[in-house]
Amino acid sequence: MKSAVIIFPGSNCDRDMDVALKKFGFKNQMVWHDDQEIPKSDLIVLPGGFSYGDYLRCGSIAGKSKIIKSVIEFANSGGLVLGICNGFQILTETGLLPGVLLQNKYQKFICKNVHVKINNKENKYFKNIKKEVLELHIAHNEGNYFCSKDELKSLINNNQIAVTYCNENGKESDEFNPNGALSNIAGIFNKNKNILGMMPHPERVIDKSLSSDDGNFFFENLIENLK
Amino acid sequence: MKVKVIVTLKDGVLDPQGKAIQQTLNGMSYSEVKEVRQGKYFDIEVNTSDEKNAKVKVEEMCKKLLANLVIEDYKIL
Repeated sequence: MKSAVIIFPGSNCDRDMDVALKKFGFKNQMVWHDDQEIPKSDLIVLPGGFSYGDYLRCGSIAGKSKIIKSVIEFANSGGLVLGICNGFQILTETGLLPGVLLQNKYQKFICKNVHVKINNKENKYFKNIKKEVLELHIAHNEGNYFCSKDELKSLINNNQIAVTYCNENGKESDEFNPNGALSNIAGIFNKNKNILGMMPHPERVIDKSLSSDDGNFFFENLIENLK
Repeated sequence: MKVKVIVTLKDGVLDPQGKAIQQTLNGMSYSEVKEVRQGKYFDIEVNTSDEKNAKVKVEEMCKKLLANLVIEDYKIL
């Protein structure tokens, strides 16, 4: 399976993602934002970081970069596109995913492990995954997912809510919502479920020495589903 | 010519920075301050003297990049 990680100036999770993808057997290539073509891939990843210094709005400049046209074409033709953290922000700015990521409700940069519940397994990302709740890492200042009421209804009706913040038993409530995100949303799909954007970083938790290795479930499962 | 644009958050969208500014102003004894909403201001120099055309172009820029219409409104001054 081939993957491509797009690097923008200011991306800082690109190499972590490269390590994670290779650990589980992906043949990964790094692609610079100024390129126009992406090598043939089964999966494209927009990594975390602070693309273009978060100027204007997080992800907005990356959303108009040279490479992004190819990402949009790939996504619209059904290709798998995964956006983590800043990658999620970029996906909303391009319009590939609805809504927007606002500044955290309590104005703090949050860097910690959280639990997220998998809400929908009828897709390539989570099909057959052995767990219901994953312990993943978050590190962001703008992770407060927001969209209109109509959009939220549409997300629910189309089963587009991928992961939600919860406790270790899968209980969702305000108490376990780190950033004020609407309906505890940590990640969403597009309608076709080939695009996934999420704030938590599975690539940061792929080894016990990194405080959790639940990211393994995510990547192991993903490559199996792509075979 | 110059075109000026103001981008503001739509009503109902959380603005933690505005809230912090409001609280600070209250703490500075400006107790009359009820709410602060922070926005963005752009000064755009365009190399045309055709005002109408320039504003049409800037409006396009607002919709495509300067504002995110999910949460923001724009005003061309």
